[in-house]
Amino acid sequence: MTSVLPKTRQDDEHSMVIVRRRHPWRWAGWVAAAVIVVSVAVSFLTNPNYQWGIVAGYLFDRRILDGLLTTLKLTAVSMAIATVLGLVLATMRLSDSRLLRGMAGAYVWLFRGTPILVQLILWYNLAILVPQVRLGVPSGPTLWSAETNDLITPWTAAILGLALNEAAYLGEIIRSGIISVDKGQTEAANALGMSRLVTFRRIVLPQALRVIVPPASNEAIGLLKYSSVVSVIALPELLYSGQLIYGRTYETIPILLVVCIWYLVVVTALTMLESRLERRLGVGFRPTGHGLSRDRRWARWLTGNR
Amino acid sequence: MADRQPLVRLRGIRKRFGSHEVLRGVDLDVQPGEVMCLIGASGSGKSTLLRCVNHLETPDSGRVVVDGDLVGYTERDGKLYELPERQIRAQRARIGMVFQHFHLFPHLTALENVREAPMRVHRHSKATATATALDLLDRVGLAAKADAYPRHLSGGQQQRVAIARGLAMRPQLMLFDEPTSALDPELVGEVLDVMRDLAAQGMTMIVVTHEMGFAREVASQVAFMSDGQIVERGTPADVLGRPAHERTRSFLSKVL
Repeated sequence: MTSVLPKTRQDDEHSMVIVRRRHPWRWAGWVAAAVIVVSVAVSFLTNPNYQWGIVAGYLFDRRILDGLLTTLKLTAVSMAIATVLGLVLATMRLSDSRLLRGMAGAYVWLFRGTPILVQLILWYNLAILVPQVRLGVPSGPTLWSAETNDLITPWTAAILGLALNEAAYLGEIIRSGIISVDKGQTEAANALGMSRLVTFRRIVLPQALRVIVPPASNEAIGLLKYSSVVSVIALPELLYSGQLIYGRTYETIPILLVVCIWYLVVVTALTMLESRLERRLGVGFRPTGHGLSRDRRWARWLTGNR
Repeated sequence: MADRQPLVRLRGIRKRFGSHEVLRGVDLDVQPGEVMCLIGASGSGKSTLLRCVNHLETPDSGRVVVDGDLVGYTERDGKLYELPERQIRAQRARIGMVFQHFHLFPHLTALENVREAPMRVHRHSKATATATALDLLDRVGLAAKADAYPRHLSGGQQQRVAIARGLAMRPQLMLFDEPTSALDPELVGEVLDVMRDLAAQGMTMIVVTHEMGFAREVASQVAFMSDGQIVERGTPADVLGRPAHERTRSFLSKVL
């Protein structure tokens, strides 16, 4: 072994100590954050106008909990319907058929292009436009008919409005997820003789879900909160239940705090669910390790894998 | 050999993408057990021709016959009617294909990649499909990597899994679309070794390749394509050693 450097010099180079860059501003940031947190906390605790006693009293109030349940049901049912409908819309928009593409495009254009508030009011007042719903041959025999006013309750109007509106957004999210999957995947599945359904469910969807889940969770959280617009058709969900109470007692701030606490609780739960879902769908895409077996089982269940 | 029924029979294949005619009337026969290497410059139509064999690309005219079956169409009253998808899928399932960029399923392990199609298409039980898949992974030297995801495998290993995946359907014919072109040079050998073994076991193969060494050593026939036509075909010794056409000579002088 010959060395290009003098012996002592080389030894020095091998044993150099590395001093990492200092980050003084990070410390300043921590201090500033601590000051803000403490002062907000102090204000929360010492300012009597928050009326925490009243907040505690209403936190588990029957009417508030009923409202919370209504909000959760509205969100879950609307989201479920919107997901199915969104999947149909996405498939239509990606279809070879110009008719299907056009129909889905028109749907998205209409429901994304008009305010949800207006849609809700129109659904609720559907009887004005269409007094009677009738199934049968046009200008022929009727198989089934009903008064629109019997069908449209505040509940059905709310679900219709929220789900049909949300489907337009979810359809676009699902479509973007599907087109994000490399075309080679479908081609490889085709070359193996897999049917369209198998290719979609087993090959494309599991990969598309990685792209779909984050914005779809965003939509779910958004839906949870804007479901409060159904108060315009007198359906007492969480926010409206609160409003009904403070409309009589004038304890506006504490009751709004109660409402916010419940929204935060639910959103926190949804966020945790989302990050778990994301982790589980990332199996095979992570740089190291082979993924937890529990993560895999979950992802499998989602995509109908045995 | 010539009097046997060819396994693959291509007649008058034409294909146009927009204003560009990629295939301009190609005829080609591949006998059972033969290895046919398609060579030629990029854009000469080799890959498109290969993709016509399993109907991934639909020819504008001409016919593709594999094992006596017209691929993708049925003939009635002098017309070709497009087959329903289910029948095209059944035809494809008998033809294995290996892609330049592997196209392994990234969310499935090597084992799952290999057993997926036998389970979903042939409805094999999980146990049967797993046993076959492990056997095939062993054949391509990757038994130890059965539980690895594609992203944790090298390019050469991924391509070997892709070959095992194609073989899992027990195909009569294997198509290779530039199987080593996306690989680092030191990984090409391991994939070619697997293909060489396959050829030695009598698998009928059509291979689009730039590996002239492989073509010379393994191919039974070499076809040189240029501008959407087969310019010259014959034994590797003839086409690569004593090319008859100027275009073949000029191509070979660039790649050898």
